[in-house]
Amino acid sequence: MTTVTIEVDGKSLPAQAGEMLICVTDRNDIYIPRFCYHEKLSIAANCRMCLVEVENAPKPMPACATPVMDGMKVFTRSKYAQTAQQGTMEFLLINHPLDCPVCDQGGECPLQDQAMDYGSDDSRFLEKKRSLPSHDIGPLIATEMTRCIHCTRCVRFGEEVAGVVELGAPGRGEHMQIGTFLNRSIDSEVSGNMIDLCPVGALTSKPYRFAARSWELQNHPGISPHDCLGTNINIQTLRDQVERVLPIDNPEINQCWLADRDRYSYEAVNSEQRLTQPMIKDGRKWREVDWETAINHATAGITTVLNSGSGNDIGKGIGGLAAASSTLEEFYLLQKLIRNMGSDNVDHRLQQCDFRDDNIAPRFPASEIQIQHYNNLAAVLLVGSNIRKEQPLLALRLRDGCNKKGTKISAINPVDFDFNFDTVESDVAAGGQMVRSLATQAAHVAQIKSAELPFDIKKIADSNPGFEQTANNLVAAGENGLIIIGALAQQHTDASLLKAISQWICDTTGCKLAVLGCANSAAGWIAQCVPGDNGMNAGQMLGQNGSAGLRCFILLGTEPELDSIDGKSALATLNKAEFVVQISAFKSASVMKYADVLLPMAAFTESAGTYINCEGRIQNAKVAVTPKGEARPGWKILRVMGNFLELNGFEQITIDDVTEEINLTDITPSCRLVELQFHPTLSSGEKSTPDLMESDSLIRVVDMPMYRAEVTLRHARALQQTADNPPPAAGLNPATASRLQLNDGNRVKVQNQSGSATLELRTNDRLAENCVYVPAGFMETTDLGRHVRVTVKKIE
Amino acid sequence: MEIEFNTVRKAYNVCLPDSSRDQPWTLKSYQANGGYQALEKILREKTPASEIIEALKASNLRGRGGAGFPVGVKWSFMPRDADGQKYVICNSDEGEPGTCKDRDILRLNPHALIEGMTIGGYVMGATVGYNYMRGEFWQPYEVMERAMKEARQAGYLGHNLLDSGFDFNLYSHLGAGAYICGEETALLNSLEGLKGEPRFKPPFPATFGLYGKPTTINNTESFASVPAILRGNGKWMNSQWFKDLGVENSGGVKVFSVTGHVKLPGNYEIKMGTPFSELLKMAGGVWKGRKLKAVIPGGSSVPVMPAINIMKANMDYDSLQQNGSAVGAGSVIIMDETTDMVKVLERISCFYFEESCGQCTPCREGTGWLYRIIRRINNGHGTMADLDTLLDVANRIEGRTICALGDAAAWPVQSFLKHFGHEFEAKVMAMDGLYAASAGRAGAAANPANATADSA
Repeated sequence: MTTVTIEVDGKSLPAQAGEMLICVTDRNDIYIPRFCYHEKLSIAANCRMCLVEVENAPKPMPACATPVMDGMKVFTRSKYAQTAQQGTMEFLLINHPLDCPVCDQGGECPLQDQAMDYGSDDSRFLEKKRSLPSHDIGPLIATEMTRCIHCTRCVRFGEEVAGVVELGAPGRGEHMQIGTFLNRSIDSEVSGNMIDLCPVGALTSKPYRFAARSWELQNHPGISPHDCLGTNINIQTLRDQVERVLPIDNPEINQCWLADRDRYSYEAVNSEQRLTQPMIKDGRKWREVDWETAINHATAGITTVLNSGSGNDIGKGIGGLAAASSTLEEFYLLQKLIRNMGSDNVDHRLQQCDFRDDNIAPRFPASEIQIQHYNNLAAVLLVGSNIRKEQPLLALRLRDGCNKKGTKISAINPVDFDFNFDTVESDVAAGGQMVRSLATQAAHVAQIKSAELPFDIKKIADSNPGFEQTANNLVAAGENGLIIIGALAQQHTDASLLKAISQWICDTTGCKLAVLGCANSAAGWIAQCVPGDNGMNAGQMLGQNGSAGLRCFILLGTEPELDSIDGKSALATLNKAEFVVQISAFKSASVMKYADVLLPMAAFTESAGTYINCEGRIQNAKVAVTPKGEARPGWKILRVMGNFLELNGFEQITIDDVTEEINLTDITPSCRLVELQFHPTLSSGEKSTPDLMESDSLIRVVDMPMYRAEVTLRHARALQQTADNPPPAAGLNPATASRLQLNDGNRVKVQNQSGSATLELRTNDRLAENCVYVPAGFMETTDLGRHVRVTVKKIE
Repeated sequence: MEIEFNTVRKAYNVCLPDSSRDQPWTLKSYQANGGYQALEKILREKTPASEIIEALKASNLRGRGGAGFPVGVKWSFMPRDADGQKYVICNSDEGEPGTCKDRDILRLNPHALIEGMTIGGYVMGATVGYNYMRGEFWQPYEVMERAMKEARQAGYLGHNLLDSGFDFNLYSHLGAGAYICGEETALLNSLEGLKGEPRFKPPFPATFGLYGKPTTINNTESFASVPAILRGNGKWMNSQWFKDLGVENSGGVKVFSVTGHVKLPGNYEIKMGTPFSELLKMAGGVWKGRKLKAVIPGGSSVPVMPAINIMKANMDYDSLQQNGSAVGAGSVIIMDETTDMVKVLERISCFYFEESCGQCTPCREGTGWLYRIIRRINNGHGTMADLDTLLDVANRIEGRTICALGDAAAWPVQSFLKHFGHEFEAKVMAMDGLYAASAGRAGAAANPANATADSA
């Protein structure tokens, strides 16, 4: 790139030859009005607002689409330029309704602002204004298309960034309309960004509609608890109530984007199901009490269990479980509470069922590549990851890299997920076949690199090679390659094996490894909210229908019957337990059945706390609003419980006192196992590799739908109504369905040795054959527990 | 196939064959009149591309689609030796109100176009050509398809033309009736299957055209002129012959489509620089013995000229420009003394309002505004302030849009107001509704331009 010098308004500025004029002026704080231009989108040059005078040009030039040339002389505020800009503004306003007083965009509207500078206070337009119908495009975005100025930012966002063309501009001339072609809804998991991009009030936030005027809102920087990126959010409040969440531009993390999950989860904070008063169960009846009574009741219950133990067993009957979205301080104090009572049973990994590598685990699940480098990879292998729904903003970066740098992405997944980037190879393999597919890729790598394949991998690997490019791409990429272990791999019954094989491939090829844990689980690990050598993990605590013998549970922000993959065992265990303390921001009927005390906890907007993302980045969130009712921050509740239980080390006054106790030094993002071990047999004893398929037995594919994975999300009203959150159904490959003589829409009974679920059948050709997809996270499907083998029968 | 010949009133045998030729659309007839000699010679002798470009430059052939850009210069922009696919595209979208010349070339002389495009492909290193015709051109499409089949069988199209090692495949494409797709970059989008919206420039098609590859787009008449120029009236590459047919800065002959209030409307292939009065005489003069009031010499997008101006002008680039208009696509619209100029402008503005693609603001919003004001004035509901607004809106569209459609919508308004403003004022001043009954005759009589201009 050669550097040239241009002159803007008499000021000499350096610039890169060929870059657009508006980039140079933006960099130098010279303001040029614009609507269609956005630095993250392609150039459209259609609004004509950025017209400027360029010396020797025959007409005014659009700054967004005029490449700079050496010696170019530009005037942005000359009479000539201003006349052009004012002309465009007049055209934009003639058909705009000017209904700013009733428009949510009012006060933060680029059209309104620029009309003040470039518009006239009088209109010469005597004709009828154009008005357009506004269609319902889903629960998240409100439309008022009469306000649209056709800048096509939303259309370009869909095409270029989100990777789903849901909006277009059919019609010509004045009849051009931004719309969804066929009255469909906008279903992208990042659709809310269109609201931010819209320079007028055509697309506004539906949940926020008419809730506040933008100038009344107070801004509170915060961190989203829902992803492992630590997305930076701006929590906007009015009169101590959260009204809206917007992104804070952080080029190293979320750029200017936000997933809908982060944008709309705040609705749960204001929901009716909030627990706002401590409650205790007297016999079978619940009653609201004050904090002292509640904590006394809780400590009394816990002490009873403690006192019935003896000697070394004191405390062993107690278990603590935290939601993965808890803060570092909450994780820390929960494990401290449990450990100080003499127990080691504490965990936050409710979705995991294979814990065999705990003793060789790294310090925390991490990405060895920084988030900002996800756009620059040469090759990626997704192992058990629907990354688009698990970490939407990382998927956007992979898409960007795929389009601009040609990242070669492959996937080994139980479902051929509809990604927003192209995959080179997509190996659809469920259950044990997934392990086999990965082992086969390892065998390829061994062959290419002439490395010795460990026997444990060799005996699983398929002799029939199948996909061949994946291994080649990873080898060629070297340290520019990445293997991503997603949520589906971590929930797999052979998760430890998948991790070990992936690590072997990385060791052999030089590729990097990323284990993308859910929510804030990196902090859970760092705060030691995982069982020690003598403790029980989440699977053991909740598993086998209470046979682990735990008598008392302290639950922090989690509803294990829905948060755990094996909801049935969790429910049975908790129902069987003598005493359950639930610290949560929400009430639910099933919790009220097994819990004995409900302690109202502050939601994520109401509590300070530390979040650690997958690259080890430590970020602090501040309080945005006062907790609802009598709710209190989780760390304070745990701290007071420590006092009431007369335990040592609970004297912290501020949250900083808690943070200081935690060892946060040397947080290097490495997710490699300390020592490579292969665990090829399944702990459950169930053989998940179905080589010979019996005619009526299928493998269950299970995942946690994106808006069901946390208690907060389950209470976010608008998110629950989106297309990403359909009611639970049984998914079946059409070939398998026809073999079983089942049709789309049939009511079917899915059964295994745990129980059954009656669901509607949905055929889905993206699923592997001989599998049935049944999501977790719904009460309707908890009965199926963890058993992989299921049968599907039609209900007449 | 029977093709009517009667729309060709005068031919020079460059683009239009004269009526003495039997079935000129057949390969046999075309070859009998020197067709494909140029291509054969080029392929046989491997004539360097630069020589052909120089010859075209010397011929003074300017683009016949409307902008008048020299063809030889345009062809020289193509990175001939760059790797990768390159394309030549013929713009047969002929949508300009008033023009019908390309239709006759396609129907009557398809092989001239095929030969011209193949030579273009050879010169610019493009092995694929597309001929984009407007959707209504069904007969021309059929003629072209048949001619291309003949050419393919004779070895003038396809793989390894006449054993020269050069490939050239030509494909016909029918548009869907949008005027904007005659704009070259909208045409590219339409060919790619996208919405027909012009692209902003730079980058220009020569570097980033169809599917992002170097592309040259020329008008049908431009391509069809090339073989005759290279044949040079019997002397190979004698492009001076072509140049000398015309005048300075406007080489050769050009087809003018004469329409409107004349006795003999049709296509006239005449020498550049022919006085308008002569063209009008050829066309039988203004019909019904009436006087000439105004002429739009290049299609509805170029400024209108009152009779007094056009009668002074010759049909070439310089002369028409000096007299306040342009050659455009050579679509000469003749209007007699009874013409209601407000009504004409209303119709023209309605056209641009309907045909705006809607992509960029001034055109999307402005063309509808222009049309509505003019309609209001024509209906007797205008005000004097409207006339100022009208001109100002036109000025605010001109030069501010992505493509030239904005200019095309603005120029008629500016020129009609300039030359026939009094008719607009008369409509504003007339009492509501009463004016419409008099059908514009009052306006015509009040036109001072008529006083000195006699009909031919």
